[in-house]
Amino acid sequence: MDEARIARRGLSPRLWLAGGWLLLALLAAIFAPLIAPQDPLAQDLMLERLPPFWLDGAEPGYWLGTDSLGRDLLSRLIFGGRIAFIVAFAAATSACLIGSALGLIAGYFGGWADRIISRIVDVWMAFPPVLFAILLVAVLGTGLSSVILAIAIIDWTRFCRVIRAEAMSQARMDYVESARIAGYGRIGIMLREVLPNVLPSVVALLSLEMGIAVIVEAILSFVNLSISTDDPTWGSIIAEGRLSIHQAWWVLVFPLITLILTVLSFSQFGEALKARFDPVLR
Amino acid sequence: MSACLDIRRLSAVLPNGQRVLRSVSLAVQAGEVRALVGESGAGKTMIGKAVLGVLPKSVRVVEGEMLIEGEDLGRLDAKARRNLIGARTALIPQDPLTALNPSRRIGAQMTDRLVRILGWSGERADKRIRQLLDEVQIRDPERVLKSYPHELSGGMRQRVLIAAAFAAEPRLIVADEPTTALDVTVQKQILRLIAQLQRDHGTAILFVTHDLGVVAKISQKVSVLYAGKMVEEAETAALFAAPQHPYTRALIAATPRYTDPYASLKPVDESVLAGLAAEIAAADKEWRPGHG
Repeated sequence: MDEARIARRGLSPRLWLAGGWLLLALLAAIFAPLIAPQDPLAQDLMLERLPPFWLDGAEPGYWLGTDSLGRDLLSRLIFGGRIAFIVAFAAATSACLIGSALGLIAGYFGGWADRIISRIVDVWMAFPPVLFAILLVAVLGTGLSSVILAIAIIDWTRFCRVIRAEAMSQARMDYVESARIAGYGRIGIMLREVLPNVLPSVVALLSLEMGIAVIVEAILSFVNLSISTDDPTWGSIIAEGRLSIHQAWWVLVFPLITLILTVLSFSQFGEALKARFDPVLR
Repeated sequence: MSACLDIRRLSAVLPNGQRVLRSVSLAVQAGEVRALVGESGAGKTMIGKAVLGVLPKSVRVVEGEMLIEGEDLGRLDAKARRNLIGARTALIPQDPLTALNPSRRIGAQMTDRLVRILGWSGERADKRIRQLLDEVQIRDPERVLKSYPHELSGGMRQRVLIAAAFAAEPRLIVADEPTTALDVTVQKQILRLIAQLQRDHGTAILFVTHDLGVVAKISQKVSVLYAGKMVEEAETAALFAAPQHPYTRALIAATPRYTDPYASLKPVDESVLAGLAAEIAAADKEWRPGHG
C-alpha cells in the first residue's frame, strides 16, 4: 500500500509540469542579469520590430524578436518575471495571512466575531476588484510596494471566505468537542485542532492567489498604474504589444503566453500540493 | 458518600422556549454503569453533553444542579469547571470517524492531553498510552501510534478512543452510543472491551444508547427517557423482568429477537404515546423555571 501511494505521488504530472514551469520562470527571474541575452532597456531603432528567430529577417541574439523601440522581447520578459514573482509572493502571502487569520477567527469563534468579519467581507466584495485596485494605486502612488499592498488589501477576502467555511465545519467535528471536554483553551483548540486541518486549503489558495496577483499586476501595468514605466513588466509589454499588433504580433503574444502559463501553473501547483498534503485525500 | 454523578431536576430549553430536558434527575454511583435509553431526540445525548459542559450554544439550562463527586458544577467559575470536567470525566464518542483529528498522528493526539492538560512528562504519557493500547488489545501499538486516523479501521479507531478515554483515569465516562457507527461484529468486541476496562478501572459510565440489547449486556441500572422526561428508572434485571411504565414495556416489545425477528417487531403503541404526551403536557403546565 505504501508503494502504491509513493508511485501515485511520484506520477503526478500536474505537479511536475506546473512546478517545472514555475521553477524555470523563477530561476530565470532570479538570474535575469546573467541569462538575458540583451539589456532589456536598450533601445535601437535600427532593430525595431524584429521577428522571432524562425521568421525571415530575424537577428541572432534576439530570439523572440524586438518591440517598436528595438528592445529585445525575451530579455524584457525575463526581467518582467522578477516583478511578477516579487508581487506574486509578497502580495499573495500578505493577503493569505490577513484573510486566513480573520477567516479562522470568524469560522471557529462564530458569534459576534463572525458577524463583524463577515459583514466587512460582504462590503469588501461589493467593490469591483480591478477598479478598486486602480483606485488604491492611484491613491497610494505607483510603485512596487503600493501594488503589493493594493492586491493584499483587495484579495484577503478570498482567503477569509474559504477558511471561514472550513473552520466552521471543522469546529463542529467531534475531535474539537473532545478537546473542549479535555479542557483545552479556545485559542489552543483553534491553533492545534482546527488550523492543521484547514492548512491544505490555505496552501492551495495561496498558490492560486499568486497567479491572481500576477494577473492583477499585469492589469495595473497595462493601464500604466504599476511600477515606473521604465522597468519592464509583463503587463506593460502586453500594453505596448497591443499598439503594434498588426505590425508585430509577437510583442503581444509571447508575454500573453508567459502570463497564462504562469497563472495556470500557480493554480495547478496549488491543487496538486493540496492533494498531496491533505491526509485524507492522500 | 456522594454519587459520582448527581443530576438534580435538570431542565434545558431551546431558544423558542421548547423544553428539551424536563426536570431530569439521575445519579450514577462510583463504578456503576448506568444506561440511558430512549428514542432519537429524547435528549439522551443532551444529558451527556450537559454533564461534559459542551451543550450547543442554542440550548440553555434553566434549572437544576449537576454534581460530580459532590462538587456542584454550577457553583464553580468557568475555568474551575473546565478543569474539573477535564480531570474527572472523559467521552467515548459515537462516531470514531470524526472524533480523531485527521491531520495529527494517533500517538501525538493521545499523549497530548496527558502532557498538556494534566502536566505529565512525555515519557510517562507515552508509557501510559502503550499500556492502554495493550488493554484494548491493539497488537501493534508502534504502527498505530504512528498512523493517521484515516489509516485505521473504524473498530481500531474506536479502540483508540476507548484507550484515550481511560488513559487519564477519569472517575466518570460518558459513552455516547459508542457502538452505533460500527459493524455488528465489531460492536460486540467493542462492548466487551468497554465492559472489561470499566471493571478493571472501576470507572463509572453513563452509557447513552437506543439499543436495549446493549443495555442488557453492559449496565447495572437503566434510565428510560422520552422527550426529555425521565420515564422509568430501575435495576437492569428488574426493568427487563417487570417494566413498570407502559412506554418501557412497549420499548422492550419493540426490540427484535433472534428467535422470531419479524413477528416481534412492533412499533410503540399509539395509545402509549398519547398517554405520555398527556403526562408531559400536564407537567409542562405546572412547570415554572426554578420551581420544578
